Amino acid sequence: MEHLTYIFQGGTRRLARPADVVGVVGSGNLEVLIEAAPLDGACSIDIATAAVGFGAIWEAVMTDFHARWQLMDVRIAINDMGATPAVVSLRLDQAVETILETP
Amino acid sequence: MDWHTLTAALFPHGCDVREEHQVLTGEGRAGAGMVAVVGTTGHVPIGVETALAQARFILQTVREHPGRPILILVDTQGQRLRHRDEMLGINSYMAHLGKCVELARRSSHRIVALVYDQALSGGFITSGLMADACYALPDATIRVMGLPAMARITKVPEERLAELALDNPVFAPGPENYLRMGGIEAIWRGDLAAALETALQLDSESDTRSALGLARGGRGLAQRVIAAIVAGDDVLAP
Amino acid sequence: MNSYLEATARERLARVFDPGSFQEFLPPSARVVSPHLGQLNAPVAFDDGVAVGRARLDGRPVFVAAQEGGFMGGAVGEVHGAKLVGMLRRAIADAPDAVVLLLESGGVRLHEANAGLIAVSEVMRAVLDVRAAGIPVIALIGGANGCFGGMGIVARCTNAIVISEEGRLAMSGPEVIETASGVEEFDARDRALVWRTTGGKHRYLLGDCQVLVADSVAAFRAAALAQVAGATAVALTLSALEREQAQLTARLERFGHVREPMELWRALGVAAPEALPLLEADAFVAQVDALRLGGH
Repeated sequence: MEHLTYIFQGGTRRLARPADVVGVVGSGNLEVLIEAAPLDGACSIDIATAAVGFGAIWEAVMTDFHARWQLMDVRIAINDMGATPAVVSLRLDQAVETILETP
Repeated sequence: MDWHTLTAALFPHGCDVREEHQVLTGEGRAGAGMVAVVGTTGHVPIGVETALAQARFILQTVREHPGRPILILVDTQGQRLRHRDEMLGINSYMAHLGKCVELARRSSHRIVALVYDQALSGGFITSGLMADACYALPDATIRVMGLPAMARITKVPEERLAELALDNPVFAPGPENYLRMGGIEAIWRGDLAAALETALQLDSESDTRSALGLARGGRGLAQRVIAAIVAGDDVLAP
Repeated sequence: MNSYLEATARERLARVFDPGSFQEFLPPSARVVSPHLGQLNAPVAFDDGVAVGRARLDGRPVFVAAQEGGFMGGAVGEVHGAKLVGMLRRAIADAPDAVVLLLESGGVRLHEANAGLIAVSEVMRAVLDVRAAGIPVIALIGGANGCFGGMGIVARCTNAIVISEEGRLAMSGPEVIETASGVEEFDARDRALVWRTTGGKHRYLLGDCQVLVADSVAAFRAAALAQVAGATAVALTLSALEREQAQLTARLERFGHVREPMELWRALGVAAPEALPLLEADAFVAQVDALRLGGH
């Protein structure tokens, strides 16, 4: 297992609801837990992944994600079992879309 | 220890226990009165017939001997692994046995189980583990599955599992671990008749194993999770 | 999406029960994860593979659980089992109309071995405690991983099981049997045989499941509601268990020598047993209802 953390600043969008989870920790899949959290405006992403040695790819995907959504005061936690970057991006987007929807 | 020696040691005042197709049934005389005895021997795999025979005896006990304590003697290599038993619905036969044990408990029969040789998951989950309290002899083996099969199913290398089975509470197959985790109430050493008498006095209708596991340090989370949910908390107590 | 089989546990909860009614106990944000998977280098899930809580079913208050087959095959570890037990014990205190269990599980989680075994045993006792309190327990089975091992036993401790043709209910998986006793004993790759032996239609014919439905969330919802609304004789009784003893004895005497499930179906009076697997749920039920074993 590998554990990675990324913290982004400069976001402007808050979450409408406290917490939500998307996805399942199965082969080629991941779960994304997204929560509102008082982080002085930061967006923090913690990743636990069964696929070791892909730090650079995770960083790129997370950077794109932050550029896309610009979230603030949000904590994201991921349990990953070898999902592809495309699936990771998909789940992250699903997580944000679900929680930005009208409650 | 073979079941003849065992039952003689458990019931110095006398007992009449028979074996048929590796199923034990009978009765023994304890200090406070007669005790119904049911169980298995010869490391028998529990198939539909074995589950049914034990269930029949328990129902008979509830019907004919109200309030008589029941001692379940466990020695099994697990559930029988045959297409026929699955086709017939062995899970239903096992559940039926477990329900009969539960009915006996609700009908005010004390239920005590003793693993005297081997116990493998499916083989004792609806008998020994359904008792008010389950006990074990010191050299009993209690395990979930043999290591080669476990390695195949979990995809964890057998060497790693073997390493863990040496001293890891979750994997080591001894009564000591089950004791620490709350699955076993106590290990019986020395005077077995006295241990049985004590067990028969123990008053416990509800399942306290998760609390035991926490108190003994073998299972740190289960009871705290249960307590949090029952209390409506979203965080665990420390 | 209508398929119960393809839905995740949370999707099933959202769609079997009244919209928006599910309130989760100890949700993923509580991060109560398995304490044992790390030592095997296996990833954890924030809900340890099961969501438990309360919900409404056509307005009726129910307590619920849904196992996620996608995580470790839905198998029961220490936390997963404790969540089920916690929900069941709380149900006794809160007295809902019913407990509804969406089961999909391989049984004891081998990665947690001893802790998993004790956990499943505690679930078994807790289910029977709920029944003793007069609260019916209904099981729904229709996931790809089936309902096996200790959970296959727990399922048959409930008051009623709703199962789809795609669902399976058994003790040991075919691979385990093939490994232990050889491919002659049970060819795990013969999917048709696996479903004839352990699948929903066969279990319905044996009387081990009370309702057979199509693979649709709506069908599971309707069947669950009917079972909750119509539940009687919830607690165990001596006469009910003696009746079950007689039924199980008769089943063994009648079919103990049978090698192939279709022989059993033919013996029940099914005219064209080879056609049964091809029938839609409604047509199947219509054809076999008068022939199937009594059940329960």
